[in-house]
Amino acid sequence: MRFLPAGDLAVSVELGEEISVEINTRVRALEFLIDQKGVPGVVETVPTYRALLVYYDPSIVGYEALCAQLSTLAEQATTTAMPPAREVELPCCYEGELGPDLDAAARRLELPVDELVRLHAGAEYLVYFIGFTPGLPYMTGAPERLTIPRLDTPRVKVPAGSVAIGGIQCCVYSVESPGGFWLLGRTPVRLYDPDAAEPILLKPGDRVRFRRVERREFDDVAARVAAGRFRPVIR
Amino acid sequence: MIRVLEPGPQTTVQDAGRAGHMRYGIPPSGPVDRPSFVLANRLVGNPDGAAALEFTLMGPRLRAEAPCSLAVTGADVPVTLNDAPAPAWTTLALATGDVVKIGAARTGVRGYVAFAGGVEVPPVLGSRATYLRGRLGGLRGRALARDDVLHLQPGPIPRRSVVPLPARPQWGGDIVLRVVLGPQADRFTDEGVAAFLGSAYEVLPQSDRMGARLNGPRIAHARGHDIISDGIALGAVQVPGDGQPIVLLVDRQSTGGYTKIATVCSFDIARVGQAKPGQRLRFTAVDVALAHRLLRESDAALTSVALQEMA
Repeated sequence: MRFLPAGDLAVSVELGEEISVEINTRVRALEFLIDQKGVPGVVETVPTYRALLVYYDPSIVGYEALCAQLSTLAEQATTTAMPPAREVELPCCYEGELGPDLDAAARRLELPVDELVRLHAGAEYLVYFIGFTPGLPYMTGAPERLTIPRLDTPRVKVPAGSVAIGGIQCCVYSVESPGGFWLLGRTPVRLYDPDAAEPILLKPGDRVRFRRVERREFDDVAARVAAGRFRPVIR
Repeated sequence: MIRVLEPGPQTTVQDAGRAGHMRYGIPPSGPVDRPSFVLANRLVGNPDGAAALEFTLMGPRLRAEAPCSLAVTGADVPVTLNDAPAPAWTTLALATGDVVKIGAARTGVRGYVAFAGGVEVPPVLGSRATYLRGRLGGLRGRALARDDVLHLQPGPIPRRSVVPLPARPQWGGDIVLRVVLGPQADRFTDEGVAAFLGSAYEVLPQSDRMGARLNGPRIAHARGHDIISDGIALGAVQVPGDGQPIVLLVDRQSTGGYTKIATVCSFDIARVGQAKPGQRLRFTAVDVALAHRLLRESDAALTSVALQEMA
């Protein structure tokens, strides 16, 4: 465990050196414990793969005292039981303009296109954390066979809803933004909706599955999303 | 009620900011220059965090549709009331039909216009602050446009007062910023850290509320510029592969995968945000204990600003 100061208002608690489910689970368990116990002076926390960034108010708690408390909680985080993970199903259309890199990715991976889609849609993905843009999930869970280097030249504009892979990761772009992942398909579900009462759909720890849909169903769901009459399946 | 006659290039509603949502990728937003924002609110009798306007490089032109009080602070700008020069850092009382025009910044980049009562827009996730990239908060998530109408919350008529000259910040010249080294200072060569702490870096025009992009001597990495993505604190100095630093501000991405050599202390963020393109920044390292002492002094200085009442 390492404590790295991030200026006068934050400290990064590093729990490991790699992307693994085990280390990320401890990061989320540490955040859960901080939320549960209400550590005085902690303002907010940002979990990532292997670190928790803790924002604090130094007029309430000093750096050394805070690190000592976080250290104790991080020990407990190895055995903490967290609330059960939610399972979220996102419809995804792997066709034509919605998956502009599908053919190229299949060639790169030396797989038939249909097999690539079957493998991608057949996996369950863990949301490690949300970041970069509002509501964007950083996930892994695809079979090793789908590991692929990032695009040589990132796109300047990736449409919101794009379902994409890069390295061992999978993500869903939550707003139109630049991006360097391969775009395999698109979900009509909004992962970030600034007009909704709860703008963010996914949470760290969620389990995500993509349900392969045809273009007609994609368009139908997109219309219901626009009319505010669609809720994704969450268990 | 206020009518926007000219919005200025980028004018947004901001309050103290939106805490607690960075874990979902939503930055805090709020004013880049918090002390100037707070003083504008105090001049009109508001709580420190009341919703006000932040403008960029050039201010708006506004017409009062009912009597109200306002104050302009931050960047050094010319202010006129019905075409006659009017003071900044001072409470201005407006009658119905009065027009306030705020010109181009001579020094500084961001200015604040606070209105007695505060700007009334619906809070989103607990805050009225605008996050433009996320189309969230403020005026339906966007900057002010011509003919917008701003509603004000009712409030008592403030006493007219002025921020004394010594308490007003100066924005010109070279700027020295206090930083705490890390979280990834060890990912740079000794020469890289020496370049960062020993050189001047010029502010680039591409800077915005997300971050200030700088240009200067290359900061060399010891072993690659990518890390496993982690959280990005306010003031983080991110150094991508080109070796040029970016100081991340209030609308920053919540996480990122570039190395961060240091973090600008919170009490110096206003000076980053007020540095004009072409202005030069230098960095000097302090430890966390000294940073906390300097923060207390900075907070105490803002608390102790005594507004002078006017006859």
